[in-house]
Amino acid sequence: MVNDAKLSFSDVAVHYGAEKAFSGLSCEVKEHEIFGIIGPAGAGKTSLLRAINRMDDFNSEMRVSGRIALDGRDVREWRNVYALRQRIGVVFPLPVGLPLSVFENVALSPRLRGIRNREELNAIVERCLRRAALWDEVKDRLDTLGSLLSGGQQQRLTIARALSQEPEVLLLDEFSIAVDPVTTMRIEDVLRSLREELTIVLVTNLVQQARRLADRTAFMLGGELVEVGETETLFCGGTQDNRTREYLEGRFG
Amino acid sequence: MFEATERTLRDAQRERWVKAGLLVMTILLILPVAIILTVLVMRGAPMLSIEFLFEEPTNGMTAGGIFPALIGTIWLVIVALLASVPVGVAAAIYLSEYAPDNKLTRLINLAIINLAGVPSIVHALFGVGAFVIFAGFGTSILAASLTLAVMTLPVVIVSTRESLQAVPQAFRAACWNMGATRWQTIRRVVLPNAVSGILTGVILEVSRTAGETAPIMFTGAAFFLPFLPESVFDQTMALSLHLFVISTQVPNVPEGLPYGVALVLVGMVLTMNAISVALRTKLRGRRKW
Repeated sequence: MVNDAKLSFSDVAVHYGAEKAFSGLSCEVKEHEIFGIIGPAGAGKTSLLRAINRMDDFNSEMRVSGRIALDGRDVREWRNVYALRQRIGVVFPLPVGLPLSVFENVALSPRLRGIRNREELNAIVERCLRRAALWDEVKDRLDTLGSLLSGGQQQRLTIARALSQEPEVLLLDEFSIAVDPVTTMRIEDVLRSLREELTIVLVTNLVQQARRLADRTAFMLGGELVEVGETETLFCGGTQDNRTREYLEGRFG
Repeated sequence: MFEATERTLRDAQRERWVKAGLLVMTILLILPVAIILTVLVMRGAPMLSIEFLFEEPTNGMTAGGIFPALIGTIWLVIVALLASVPVGVAAAIYLSEYAPDNKLTRLINLAIINLAGVPSIVHALFGVGAFVIFAGFGTSILAASLTLAVMTLPVVIVSTRESLQAVPQAFRAACWNMGATRWQTIRRVVLPNAVSGILTGVILEVSRTAGETAPIMFTGAAFFLPFLPESVFDQTMALSLHLFVISTQVPNVPEGLPYGVALVLVGMVLTMNAISVALRTKLRGRRKW
């Protein structure tokens, strides 16, 4: 299975205690693509993201089986899980502005990597805030608490924070849930431009958002990966499975 | 049109009774505090003077001041804090941030609860055995303070753990996702936001320590010792024991004297409680989420 896949999943399953989140999932995410994952609530989309980042380490109930590989290397084999997580940026559905200043929110990850030089930190913070389309709004108040920004601003702050890790993979979990439509469009533009540099996995409830952004889209339903295909093909009726077509047409979910 | 039925009228009546009953109980709670303070101030306040605070007891403790006892209590409290805070805070951090939910953790939690339930006189006897005799500290400030520290440890642990738990889990998850270790997360995000609660707990503990009598009477507090301690290996007088002694063991004590001592002790405790409340209010005002 050595190829250009950035992330590859084979027969992955996640359980919480006796409860199954999803199982039997196999697919690949290519480098520099936006990979959309759609499906109704309870399909297992979020659990999949959590498994990539090995968040099961923090939840004794959560069990992951199967193989998840980053650059062909099983995430379970990474001896330094912290280095693994640094390479993977995550954006949660509800923005979490840490109770630090805007500056420190973005500077935290570089600091954890051992960057102390003030000018270097300034440069990283500005670059990440610019790329998250937040710089103009906060450049004069970098000292205010990140947790006091508005919901949309906090969401872009978490994106800036994820970018400050200089990740290779960006996992987005329904980032637009707490964000107004205009901001959503701005973030979507940001994501399109980020595709040049990194690989993006986008979990979304908004079918049209997947259509706008994703190169390829996966449809999950009730703990099962129904199908994966080129986004345009799927949306133009080229579905393999009737359930996908019905979901895309808005007949359920 | 809505009309009050018999049933809603009855419910409203009952509501009034319940509210009145709860209010009476709450007022009963204030009563002892009010009475104690009133009596102490009325009878003890005339005793207070600069000489009373800063002079030694004289005439077989029937006259003079309370300076050695006052200083002794401060020594005992500070040394007890130095011993219990690092251990208690460290244990709380472990239990809150690291401990997996397993048998050992449950055993530790059980131990903490039981430690909190041990009567102070039993702590005193433990202190004699462990610190005075076994560790060889003799009857000294060190032995007495360590006994106090063991006794107050559960309070420190429980209040610190609650402060840590009050920091939302989402903050931790966000840090972990960035590749922060648990310790980096604790140091940069959790502790700075829990520190106000921890401080409050510690100050409340101080006020409790200052008033304890039983744990120090066999381990380091002296009946009568009109000198100031020079090191933690000295014995010392203490306000709480002094109050006990002049109230029950010494003949011909003027009536106002014990009230004066009690007023100083209660004043010390209340001042620290007030600081704790003020600190909490101030820091909560700056809550960051």
